[in-house]
Amino acid sequence: VLALDPLPLAASASNLLAAREQMAFTLGFHIVLSCIGVALPAIILVANYIGLKKGDEDAIELARRWSKAMAVTFAVGAVTGTVLSFEFGLLWPEFMDRWGGVFGVAFAIEGIFFFIEAIFLAIYIYGWKRLGGWAHFWSGVPMVITGIGGAFSVVAANAWMNQPQGFTLNAAGKVVDTDPLKVLFNPATSYEVPHMLLAAYMVAAFLVASIYAVGMLKGRRDRLHRLGLLIPLTIGLIVTPIQLFVGDTAARAVADHQPAKFAGMECIQETGTHQTEWVGGICTDDGVKWGIGIPDLDSFLVGWSADTKVIGLNDIPVDERPPANTLLHLSFDAMVGIGTALLLLGVWVAVVWWKKRDIPQTPWFLRAVAISGAASVLALWCGWIVTEVGRQPWIVQGYMRTEEAVTEADGIWFSFGFVLLLYIGLGTIAIKVLRGMSRRWREGAAEPDGTPYAPPDEAAP
Amino acid sequence: VSRADSAAAILWVGATFYALFGGADFGGGFWDLIAGDAKKGERPRALIQRSLTPVWEANHVWLIFILVILWTAFPPAFSAIFTTLYVPIALAAVGIVLRGAGFAFRKSVEGLEAQRAAGAAFALSSVLTPFFMGAVVGAIATGNVPADGNGDPFSSWLEPLPLLTGALFVASGAYLSAVFLVGDARRAGEDDLERYFVRRALAAAAVAGVAAAVGLIELHAEARYIFDRLIDQGLPLVILSVLCGLGLLVVLMRGGRRPLRPLAAGAVVAVIWGWGVAQFPYLLPTSLRIDQAAAPDPTLDVIFVVFGIAAVLVLPSLALLYTLTQKDLLEGEH
Repeated sequence: VLALDPLPLAASASNLLAAREQMAFTLGFHIVLSCIGVALPAIILVANYIGLKKGDEDAIELARRWSKAMAVTFAVGAVTGTVLSFEFGLLWPEFMDRWGGVFGVAFAIEGIFFFIEAIFLAIYIYGWKRLGGWAHFWSGVPMVITGIGGAFSVVAANAWMNQPQGFTLNAAGKVVDTDPLKVLFNPATSYEVPHMLLAAYMVAAFLVASIYAVGMLKGRRDRLHRLGLLIPLTIGLIVTPIQLFVGDTAARAVADHQPAKFAGMECIQETGTHQTEWVGGICTDDGVKWGIGIPDLDSFLVGWSADTKVIGLNDIPVDERPPANTLLHLSFDAMVGIGTALLLLGVWVAVVWWKKRDIPQTPWFLRAVAISGAASVLALWCGWIVTEVGRQPWIVQGYMRTEEAVTEADGIWFSFGFVLLLYIGLGTIAIKVLRGMSRRWREGAAEPDGTPYAPPDEAAP
Repeated sequence: VSRADSAAAILWVGATFYALFGGADFGGGFWDLIAGDAKKGERPRALIQRSLTPVWEANHVWLIFILVILWTAFPPAFSAIFTTLYVPIALAAVGIVLRGAGFAFRKSVEGLEAQRAAGAAFALSSVLTPFFMGAVVGAIATGNVPADGNGDPFSSWLEPLPLLTGALFVASGAYLSAVFLVGDARRAGEDDLERYFVRRALAAAAVAGVAAAVGLIELHAEARYIFDRLIDQGLPLVILSVLCGLGLLVVLMRGGRRPLRPLAAGAVVAVIWGWGVAQFPYLLPTSLRIDQAAAPDPTLDVIFVVFGIAAVLVLPSLALLYTLTQKDLLEGEH
């Protein structure tokens, strides 16, 4: 097919777009599951701990149910994560060829964490009946630690793509020496890792809380539902203010380390002091249109003074400017906006708790919690759009352009289309399965027992 | 032994564990696929379900381990393999998704038809995935992956030896699985199931043996470098594999109880290391040597540290998981 193509360059440009879309889609799908995998164990263990410590049957029941749901999300996360490691080679072979020996160390370490997580997850999920109370609880603790370690390793690899260091190149551009510690602890690790880790806890916590908020809105106000709302919501609301602080630090570091990304997401056209902070709007070559502008605030946020100089796109070579500045700008605003809204939700809970020693249970409050899960997922995606699209045209900032990394193989659009359909099916069935579980628990119905698709009339012994 | 050779040995250790445990899990799917209709297949499927449920995800991580070690320690080899064999690799990736999701869903999705569809996805992809993985390995051994990559995406693996290797992967997974299930059936006190899987282990052993023998002939024709070294430096391992296989046949046919699993594992492990010895010092015979493909020393040192940690933390954890499973302390059905 390639031989028949009159414009091989166009073919490779087309491959680049297809490969980027497939990577973005599969990563966006997987990252929700990995957030659940990283943070849900901790939420489950909090419920498990309360249950054991206070003899609270409802808390134990919640931990048991959440762990069964986690069995499904972990299975889907394990296979979609495997797809990503295949895609490294299938979509970005030149990236791996040249840099695999450098940033690969982060994934080698991640392998250990993933292994231990998978092992203890199985022991915890399937150990409810026959491993006793506290022994069972402790079998779950490694999941929490390895979730944090795994997130560190993977995000450190991404941080390295933003702030590459820890390698020596020869004249031909080949890596001839590495410094693994510098790779792992590159400048971006210090803010990307905590930012993502806290995001994982927010996503998992608000997703679980939102499920119980929906239940309470439907009139299920029993203790199980209140506790199912309270435990994850408390965790999410504790994490949120810390996340806003970390995110603010991260934005300043991006302004410093990756001025092109920062100029793109803030739509700064001209380098200078007294930059206006724009909220919303469309980014054009003349700056933001139809946004709300706050004079001097952008400079102030970057350096605590209106006199802070912020680099604009005019100082970035044309072929090194990030694409889709409106997308970057709106994604960044949406992420910050959702984070701020979740912070206000926490203030709401705190005020009511201080007055009434109880969480608010008005319909409007429950509606707010009900959308908090989807909102935090949206914020997660927006954050990754800013990080990844904002780094373009680079795959390794300053060292390798994404177009140099992409495969020359045929059929990437076909592969993207196929993966799209496959994952839509996968996601639909996973949600159906989780909803089915929830309905069975609610109705007190029996789990499907025995063998899958055994004859219905002859129950297993 | 150089650093690069040690890293290659670690890669082979990962491949060995994946072939044994991941391979047996694929084999479970194979027996599930051909277990017959719902009524006939109910009890074998129940046993397979119980055996696989707590362990398949942990076993699957060996594949991630192999990929990560390959791209970190030998990045040009990773890139060359993926730019040449992307068709069978992509098909294997699809198989991994369908198998894992199918297995997780077939128990928990509602409605018999949906369960059947999920189960079929699991069982069918349990056969196709190892087949395509075997085709990839066979294509590498045949010498069809050039060091610079971008080899022919079809003729590189649509050849007798790669396809035969795919079949061998399926057969040896089925063989391992049947032997493991004999033990599981015995533990559960289900005598008829024990006989059921003894028969299947014997059949799978025969098929795997024939595939291996034909493979040897094909090696002679298509991959002379490997063949020559296999019957020279690799000969002790080939003999060991044959002895283990024959020993297992004798034990099975006499209804013996021990040592089933070590013999079955020994037959497979000896083949994997025989292949490694025969391929040495090439990673991609005969265009890319291990030392040519190796990453800088500090990176390889990280691989050694990771492997050391894996030996101290992961292997005991895996042993704990298997022990709990074998003592029936984990429910096969959640």
